[in-house]
Amino acid sequence: MNFLGIYYYWVFAILLMVGFYAVIAKLNLIKKLIGLSLFQAAVFLLYITVGKVEGGTAPIFASAAGERLFSNPLPQVLILTAIVVGISTTALGLGIIVRIKEEYGTIEEQEIQEIDRQ
Amino acid sequence: MTIVFGVFLLTLMLVTAIAIVRTQNLFVAVMLSGIFSLLLASNFFLLDAADVALTEAAVGAGISTVLYLSALALSAQHEHAPYSSHRLIALAVVSFTTLAVIYATFDQPRVGDPAAPVHQHVAPWYLEMTRDAIDIPNVVTAVLGSFRGYDTLGEVFVVFTAGIGVLFLLDKPGARHSQTQTVGQVRLRHYLIPRLVGRMLIPFILLFGLYVQFHGEYGPGGGFQAGALVAASIILYALLEGETRALRALPRRLLTLLIASGALLYCGVGVAGILLGGNFLDYSVLADDPVKGQQLGIILIEAGVGITVTGVLLSIFHAFAARGRF
Repeated sequence: MNFLGIYYYWVFAILLMVGFYAVIAKLNLIKKLIGLSLFQAAVFLLYITVGKVEGGTAPIFASAAGERLFSNPLPQVLILTAIVVGISTTALGLGIIVRIKEEYGTIEEQEIQEIDRQ
Repeated sequence: MTIVFGVFLLTLMLVTAIAIVRTQNLFVAVMLSGIFSLLLASNFFLLDAADVALTEAAVGAGISTVLYLSALALSAQHEHAPYSSHRLIALAVVSFTTLAVIYATFDQPRVGDPAAPVHQHVAPWYLEMTRDAIDIPNVVTAVLGSFRGYDTLGEVFVVFTAGIGVLFLLDKPGARHSQTQTVGQVRLRHYLIPRLVGRMLIPFILLFGLYVQFHGEYGPGGGFQAGALVAASIILYALLEGETRALRALPRRLLTLLIASGALLYCGVGVAGILLGGNFLDYSVLADDPVKGQQLGIILIEAGVGITVTGVLLSIFHAFAARGRF
């Protein structure tokens, strides 16, 4: 658990920055949005990792077993709703991208800026 | 054994993420992000978060892939210029930040440590109070529906607002007239295997969605997951049989009604609490026995969440799908 635990944190750090890199270095708007989702997924992973208790199980009371150790339910609640909110906001972003494509004929950031300058 | 699985899944996730960023084909990137979501869901499952894993699998791997694909069909398949001119600066910033965050992780409490600060504050109270005051097995549902009911109400309204926003952006009045002319071509009817397999799967996905909705108090599940699953089954039906038939089964007016009525049901339960002499979203007063009242309240608000999420996701899908033909 010890190495795996620290590895979870590292994967969080790398995923976070891979997503952020796509947001700042890529020019395609859809690619930026996918990068943002990766960033978001990294945050989800961190919350769920933090809520894990060693030797615990999912926080659902089973009738047969007596006293058991449960993982922390609170981060799970926060992330569960965040996932659905995330897809809704992503859909809104995609809607804006589709409208940009219809107005400008492109979804590349540099080409949009050139059209704006004219 | 868990450690091997964990390391394997995490490494696969990293590889997939880097491949998503590197590829210039947007279709490939979207497909890879579906795989990424499935890997993430498996990781959630390893970390004891069954509810979250179910949500991520239904939403991330299912619905979001379909939405991205319909957006790709309306915009572009390839990136033109892959990187901005500030690529090296970006790379330097990102590498430095990664190293800084990794350095910071050495100060974090060990993963799974029961003495970590996050497990000390309110979590034990939730576990104890769920047993005493609400008496349903799934603590996640209890916290979501009752203890943090305000929070969930807010999330439902964010989903509601996003759905309305997409409808405002993409729902052109002019687009509706020409809909009926070309719609017959957009379907998978002529492909035998997808049609047969899909037809067999749809009733079961729908049934599973209803099970997840109404069994959410006892096992992993609840309104958010069920909404995504029901929406996924109807999107599958629309892909197989053409959008017209899906719209005939569930017209857009009905979907808009669903969006509003789910949110209203949630608020109505809260207001009913006030009228019966309690606080807003206090379910204890809904029945004679406070514990029964809590259970009733959770069932009602979960139904509201499920209805709104189904309505919003389907409306968003239809808004994208209708956009292509005018």
